[in-house]
Amino acid sequence: MTRGMRLPQAKAHVADKLGVSPPDLSDPVIMNEVREKLGFGRITTFEISHPTQPVAIEAKFNIADVLGVPVNSVRRFAARTAKGGSST
Amino acid sequence: MTRCGARKAGGRQWMDRENRIPTRMGDGEMVHMTRSEIRADLEAGTAAAARRAKVPPLTEEELEHLLDIYGSPARFTGVDIGTEVVLSYDGSGMKTIASRRQDLQIYEQWFGADTIELHHVDYSFKPVKAIVPFEAQEMHEVLLRVVAPVQYGAQPNLGLYSRPDGPVPNWAELLPLGRIAEARAAQEEAIPMAVKDMVYVCESMYEAGADGVDFDTSAAAGDADFLATLQAVEEVRRRCPEMGIEVGMSGEFVLGMHGEVEHDGVRLAGLWPREQMKLVARAGATIFGPVVNVNAGKSCAWNIARACTIVKPCAEEATIPIHMNVGMGVGAVCMTKYPPVDAVSRASRACVDILKVDGL
Repeated sequence: MTRGMRLPQAKAHVADKLGVSPPDLSDPVIMNEVREKLGFGRITTFEISHPTQPVAIEAKFNIADVLGVPVNSVRRFAARTAKGGSST
Repeated sequence: MTRCGARKAGGRQWMDRENRIPTRMGDGEMVHMTRSEIRADLEAGTAAAARRAKVPPLTEEELEHLLDIYGSPARFTGVDIGTEVVLSYDGSGMKTIASRRQDLQIYEQWFGADTIELHHVDYSFKPVKAIVPFEAQEMHEVLLRVVAPVQYGAQPNLGLYSRPDGPVPNWAELLPLGRIAEARAAQEEAIPMAVKDMVYVCESMYEAGADGVDFDTSAAAGDADFLATLQAVEEVRRRCPEMGIEVGMSGEFVLGMHGEVEHDGVRLAGLWPREQMKLVARAGATIFGPVVNVNAGKSCAWNIARACTIVKPCAEEATIPIHMNVGMGVGAVCMTKYPPVDAVSRASRACVDILKVDGL
């Protein structure tokens, strides 16, 4: 959404970075495993909890790192909490 | 077409040779049409669009595909596996269920929204200007709690700068009196005010960490409204180089309330989606949302053929993602408060299959 990249190119870019095929990106079974492995955050409910894994802003740090795209809120978080730290 | 009960002509009940299929009118009413009637509406819809927007009609193959979609009695339909598109949302997070923050979490965690949008219920940049610190603080808090990209959405809404809501003369009152020059001058006076407010709000959101902004329902007040939006997009792009900028339109055709304003050497009055998209992309936006309004008196099949015909040249030539507006009263979704899922899913699938849009 910040690159202005059309969908086929965007899907190819993300799939390449994640090591999956573009159709895999909308497969919830595959992506649940990928998101767990890469720390991208997953759906949490009372029954499905993973309290030791990244969520929310934590997950966005991992997404920015793996995809190689700047995420505004991640950069702001880094700047506000640890200047000189990660500014992905 | 059968609205209720059996079809009659001249007081005599017909014996139909074709099965009747439940489908919708543009106002949401369930009707029953034969496959031939649906096909005829598709042909009439694309012909009407081609004539009006001066674009090519849909091909025979495209009409057949639409007929398969709209000739099905299934409650729900969807795109082929692997061809899913991005769903961006306006209007998510407005205290529908809980707080705005919790609503956005619900959209992400329960509805599977690909992007979410914080906004104020007034949904125009001008009133938001006065409460920007509170809105930006909310944006900051939301960004800590979600994974999906968060936009801030509002309407340019140039009309709010005219009396009695704003400081400049009301061009909607001046125009019927034939005071054209004064009406134009009033719109020209309002443009820089709107641009200033939009840039201020967008920059504040960017500094709070927002992933993007959504200029929603652009050009609602006509060509001067669209010009203000384009100028604001240019300035926001200059000040916020990494910000996502979505420009969603208010109608299929830019109304010439001024009639003479230009941007980048292009007269804005009368522009259709392809030309709208080119200007929006050149201004620096990263997503364009075309709109085609629904004719409530025609079937959804007629409306989808018309919508696809009008937007197809835009989608084919797009250099940025196209997120077609598919909702109440636009994009062949019924003009009703509670759009039926049969109509929404058909329109969504048609836009993806025919137009190859990047999102909805």
